[in-house]
Amino acid sequence: MTEEVKLFGTWASIFSRRIEVALKLKGVQFEYIEENLSNKSPALLKYNPVHKKIPVLVHNGKPVAESLVILEYIDETWKHNPILPTDPYEKAMARFWAKYIDDKLWPAVTKVLVSKGEEQKGVIEEIQEQLKTLESELKEKKFFGGESLGFVDIAANIIVFLLVAQEALGMEILTEEKFPVLHGWYQRLVDDAVFKECMPPREQHLSSVKVWFGSSTPSK
Amino acid sequence: MASAAMQEEQVKLLGFWFSPFVRRVEWALKFKGIEYEYVEEDLTNKSSLLLTSNPVHKTVPVLLHNGNPIVESLVIIEYIDENWKQNPILPQDPHERAKARFWANFIEQKITEAARTALLTQGEQQEKVVKELKEAMEVLEGEAAAKLNDKTLFFGGKNGLGYVDIVLGWICNWAEVIEEVGGFKVLDPQKQPHIHKWMANFVEEPLIKPTLLPKEKMVVYFQMVRQAYLGLAAKK
Repeated sequence: MTEEVKLFGTWASIFSRRIEVALKLKGVQFEYIEENLSNKSPALLKYNPVHKKIPVLVHNGKPVAESLVILEYIDETWKHNPILPTDPYEKAMARFWAKYIDDKLWPAVTKVLVSKGEEQKGVIEEIQEQLKTLESELKEKKFFGGESLGFVDIAANIIVFLLVAQEALGMEILTEEKFPVLHGWYQRLVDDAVFKECMPPREQHLSSVKVWFGSSTPSK
Repeated sequence: MASAAMQEEQVKLLGFWFSPFVRRVEWALKFKGIEYEYVEEDLTNKSSLLLTSNPVHKTVPVLLHNGNPIVESLVIIEYIDENWKQNPILPQDPHERAKARFWANFIEQKITEAARTALLTQGEQQEKVVKELKEAMEVLEGEAAAKLNDKTLFFGGKNGLGYVDIVLGWICNWAEVIEEVGGFKVLDPQKQPHIHKWMANFVEEPLIKPTLLPKEKMVVYFQMVRQAYLGLAAKK
């Protein structure tokens, strides 16, 4: 059966990059469509009428939206090279940590970019607490997924964005000294053949973060 | 032997009877016919079992299966579904599963979270979130209108109750209470006829009906929560 797989995304979005990593890990051929979020395509609006957001995966004409939902769909549809553990308890743990990353870390990271002064300091402390919590889960493991990268590692790609953002805006949040365990994990993550292929081009990413969130822009 | 294996299963649920998140897990357990021990937590004096089982969030519900803790209601429900195969909660087909998860997330982010914020805020802040809540209910009404009819009473389709029903079900017992305590109105049988029909059917389901709580008791509790929260907010 001919598979038709399309991914609607944007080059800078860590959420659509998650899907690229998963599809490539599974060796699934797909067509990538770069969306312009200030001029969304009729196709995107048709495939995700509720949120009108990327990423959206369209498999043989059927759309799937929300990055973690898409990752689970990919894992259930293409069963080789599993992303999630097979044991129900281990799977529940993986889902818990991915949810923690999206529900706690992501909102804090977006907040730190738009806050200033004392408020920003508070958010930085909050993020550092969360990173400590993640380190306590990672411990001695090579990846959150164990020997190879899995669901939680893919979800934790938010850290790619955090590191770019802190450099672009001159903040110090995740440093090697403060977070040696996470730092080691990050080096292994970006060294992974598939993962590194799916990272936003660094210089472009840095300059776009400076443009969107730099202190020279008027406060909202 | 099946019965010997079942005797070894130890299922414990740490809960709080006002919590809609705990109730969902109970519905999932009852739907599967799983025997469990319920432990009521005093959230002002959390047990050491709760704190060691859920060190990250320190909240209920916590499901303990043979001593192993699982937390976060949606994660727990999926765990229950995968560990006990009878009476499936989620559909089998990957695309249908993805749709069920999509709507569960929508409900959680746009309705459950918004309702909680509306309960705990006032003035402009509350107005803003109530507006968002109304919009979300409109979207959900659209989905209900598309999926439900005289033959299909629930989002679980031909299997009866399903994941989305269990995730949404809290509105049947809690929404009116939150509206009364918070002083706003979102539920509207004229604007949301399909959701209201769904609610009427949901509360009549044999496994749901005995779990419903008296409204008056809930109003008293949530009034206390709202006053405490607004008091704290005023002090900042």
